[in-house]
Amino acid sequence: MEIPGELRLVATHEWVRINDDGTITVGITEHAQEQLGDLVFVETPEIDMECKAEQPVAVVESVKAASDLYAPVAGNIIDTNADLADSPELINDSPYENGWIFKMQPDDVSDVENLMDPDDYSAMVEAGD
Amino acid sequence: MSKQTPFYQSHHDAGAKIVDFHGWQLPIHYGSQIEEHHSVRNAAGLFDVSHMCVVDIVGNDAQPWLQMLLTNDVGKLQPFQALYSCMCNEQGGVIDDLIVYKVSDIRFRLVVNAGTREKDLAWMKQHRSGDIDINVPNNLCMLAVQGPDAPNKTAVALDSMGQNIDVHALTRFSAVEQSDWFVGRTGYTGEDGFELIFPAELAPIFFNALLDAGVKPCGLGARDTLRLEAGMCLYGQDLDEDHSPVQSGIGWAVDVRDANRQFIGRDVLYEQKATGTEVHQVALVLNQRGVMRAGQEVQATGNRVGVVTSGGFSPSLQKSIALARVNKPLKSGCDVIIRDKPCAANVVKLPFTQYQ
Repeated sequence: MEIPGELRLVATHEWVRINDDGTITVGITEHAQEQLGDLVFVETPEIDMECKAEQPVAVVESVKAASDLYAPVAGNIIDTNADLADSPELINDSPYENGWIFKMQPDDVSDVENLMDPDDYSAMVEAGD
Repeated sequence: MSKQTPFYQSHHDAGAKIVDFHGWQLPIHYGSQIEEHHSVRNAAGLFDVSHMCVVDIVGNDAQPWLQMLLTNDVGKLQPFQALYSCMCNEQGGVIDDLIVYKVSDIRFRLVVNAGTREKDLAWMKQHRSGDIDINVPNNLCMLAVQGPDAPNKTAVALDSMGQNIDVHALTRFSAVEQSDWFVGRTGYTGEDGFELIFPAELAPIFFNALLDAGVKPCGLGARDTLRLEAGMCLYGQDLDEDHSPVQSGIGWAVDVRDANRQFIGRDVLYEQKATGTEVHQVALVLNQRGVMRAGQEVQATGNRVGVVTSGGFSPSLQKSIALARVNKPLKSGCDVIIRDKPCAANVVKLPFTQYQ
């Protein structure tokens, strides 16, 4: 699956989309969901939680393993995907759209621009993480 | 370099994700492990189990020798009946668990685990006595077809191969041998179904015949959740050489009815069956979100009492289930330490599938 060109990515396999209102949406990549296998639980973060970049904020648990999710940049959690409680498989089926996990108000939206672009991320994955 | 089974190309063509499993390249899933699990519970699925090792025991002393080697008693088998058994060491520790089919008094067929193949064969050769041969046939493959629709769909697929084996006539735990095909009504999922042993050169054709009949290919992932829901042990996790069958929840596979039968591990196992053991297996269902996994600690009132030997997410119950080995009686509940947090679990009876 092609990574949408507008996304920015981090080495821990989260993707970030900058929304029109300056907030950001975060999920996990196609590669990450494929490595995990079928998702069975998602523990989304508390709303209003303040977090630093690279702080663990959520857990995705698959048939294979539990895996932490990290805040890609510093900011506040403002929303989480309520559909994941009953349908964690949205992450497998639609990692870049319906399977989004949480939204943040970043402290500084320019932090997002410093993350990897899809080509850099794909090169990292091909090199074997 | 890990080995390929005769179904390797078939797996590849069916879109399998391949992993290394005890030195064999086998499918972990073909897209969705959970969908594969449900297809076996609701319809029919197939599993490549060619990595497992067929051992034929042939000779005039085959029956008494196996009565000495195995904890369960092959003396109670009629021809073409199957039995689940352990093979134990002198201390009662489990060397392997296996299925044994009786063909006749002088011919038995064992199916043992892939990961224990070499030590099993070494143990058998070390204890070889009397008129027996231990043969590992080449050029065979093995497929399990499991699920409520397995009888109808297997019959259709066999028919298309020109094999007129009447699978409907087989009762549970019985087998039939016809030309080069050996078919047992056995399995590792808790569902009705068959395990078929047949010539390796027919592997891709029969695989496709089953797909054409509507059987879904299933990987090791679904195999593990299906057997766990059914409460069946996995060697290397729930069973090992440091624990006896009685301590591991399968004391029923130790037959002590014939007091004259001298089998390896007998003295220890007789005493354990008579008095019970502190160490024992429990079945757990988690009361909250999260997934119990092998290796996690089990606690009762804050103290360590054991460890999870197999755990996972049950697609049928939509909860996490586990088998654990503990050394204290657990009346109703315990805590399992998941990612440093104690999570409450109930102790239940097997199989888990009854709580759907």
